[in-house]
Amino acid sequence: MATAVQADSGGIFSWLDRTHTVAKPGFSRWLVPPAALCVHLCIGQVYAFSVFNLPMTKLIGITSSAPDDWKLTELGWIFSIAIVFLGLSAAFTGTWLDRVGPRKAMFTAALCFGGGFLVSALGVHLHQLWLVYLGYGVLGGCGLGIGYISPVKTLITWFPDRPGMATGMAIMGFGGGALIASPLSVWLMQHFATPDNVGVTGTFITMGLIYMVFMMVGAVIVRVPAKGWAPEGYVAPAQPKKLITTANVHVDEALKTPQFYLLWGVLCLNVTAGIGVLGQASAMSQEMFPGRISALAASGFVGLLSLFNMLGRFFWASTSDYIGRRNTYMIFFALGLALYAAVPWTGEIGSIVLFVAFYCVIMTMYGGGFATIPAYLKDVFGTRYVGAIHGRLLTAWSTAGVLGPVLVNYIREYQIDQGVPKADAYSVTMYIMAGLLLVGFILNYLMHPVDKRHHMNPEDVNS
Amino acid sequence: MTKTIHHEDVSGANTIKLALAWTFVGIPLLWGVYHTLTNAVLLFK
Repeated sequence: MATAVQADSGGIFSWLDRTHTVAKPGFSRWLVPPAALCVHLCIGQVYAFSVFNLPMTKLIGITSSAPDDWKLTELGWIFSIAIVFLGLSAAFTGTWLDRVGPRKAMFTAALCFGGGFLVSALGVHLHQLWLVYLGYGVLGGCGLGIGYISPVKTLITWFPDRPGMATGMAIMGFGGGALIASPLSVWLMQHFATPDNVGVTGTFITMGLIYMVFMMVGAVIVRVPAKGWAPEGYVAPAQPKKLITTANVHVDEALKTPQFYLLWGVLCLNVTAGIGVLGQASAMSQEMFPGRISALAASGFVGLLSLFNMLGRFFWASTSDYIGRRNTYMIFFALGLALYAAVPWTGEIGSIVLFVAFYCVIMTMYGGGFATIPAYLKDVFGTRYVGAIHGRLLTAWSTAGVLGPVLVNYIREYQIDQGVPKADAYSVTMYIMAGLLLVGFILNYLMHPVDKRHHMNPEDVNS
Repeated sequence: MTKTIHHEDVSGANTIKLALAWTFVGIPLLWGVYHTLTNAVLLFK
């Protein structure tokens, strides 16, 4: 069996192997977060993919949709396929990634994600939608999954004293990726647009190449610490405390523990609530405050939510290093419950400021949920297989990605069909989201240390 | 038992590498934040 130490492929790609990424004396660990950010800032683009939807409905008609042009409903599948393949690739490549190390994983992610754009460009050029599904959806989705989990274990190993802050920094990049991609995509489409071309092909090629290079830079910078390395002044705790273990649980064994499923539920419910409203934020703000929030202002509101989503990832993950992961999630669920329940009230009193403020706080906790989970997993299952376990847990994200928007959309439709005014149609949705967070609170409350029978033997940990 | 190794790096070369790496990721991120805030101002006008 190939082990982490033995995994050296040789040849021209040997520089990608784990053995070639071991840091030499003098390497600063603060170079690893920017390496991780190189990947996450790129793959976070997925949150901004919707900016291509409308232009891609006019590839033939240019100024308006022609009968042979793609429909919005068909284009919506590109994002969904990408998110499904994000979850699947993260789940299935976690163990491989753990073996080959972060550089090869980041390199693979760069090829997949950048390559996905290039294949999609060909699909747009030939007007073959299946090529776009295959390119951005399947190939790009695999790049998303591999890229998302690749730096997590490396960062936790470099920052055993502050694992939440370290992973929070990287995963913050995923939230920030959309802030860059959205204006960049619009600018590039304007640049490549001609009277007979909407500019999507050129934009896809350019973005694919930019992302590939940017992610490769991360792959070049990243290093793993030498065996036995620890930060100055850091002494690993000899005894476990509360939910923080000093042992390690194998990835296959982790799936047999109730803790894995409790955390799966915790992540799924936190994401379901957040993603549901994030997808509807623009329409919701305009319908709750008719005549007071324009479409342009609503797009500003969505951007603001993305910003707080990003900031929350760093803030909450860093805070969790001091107050504990379980307590952090308790805050997410308790405060989130109160805020979701209070959102309809902001509509009743007509306060845009409170509405925006409540949603901004909610979004920090949505992002914080993503960013704090790797450190939570490290606390509960140990460091050895945290990357692979994190990969498996991300299937909760894929599930929530379907569940959240479906809940919000269908409940809203049902309300409107029942004659409820549009301005009030979100009230029941908000109360249901608050209910989901209550269930999440209970699941998190039930978290307890993993039974010792699931722990690995110390001699097997480094094999 | 594995001996614990500590490296505390204070060299000038590393400071330059750190500055370059953080600038490389920081500039596009700040550009994105600037654009977002510019658009968000419309919400309160």
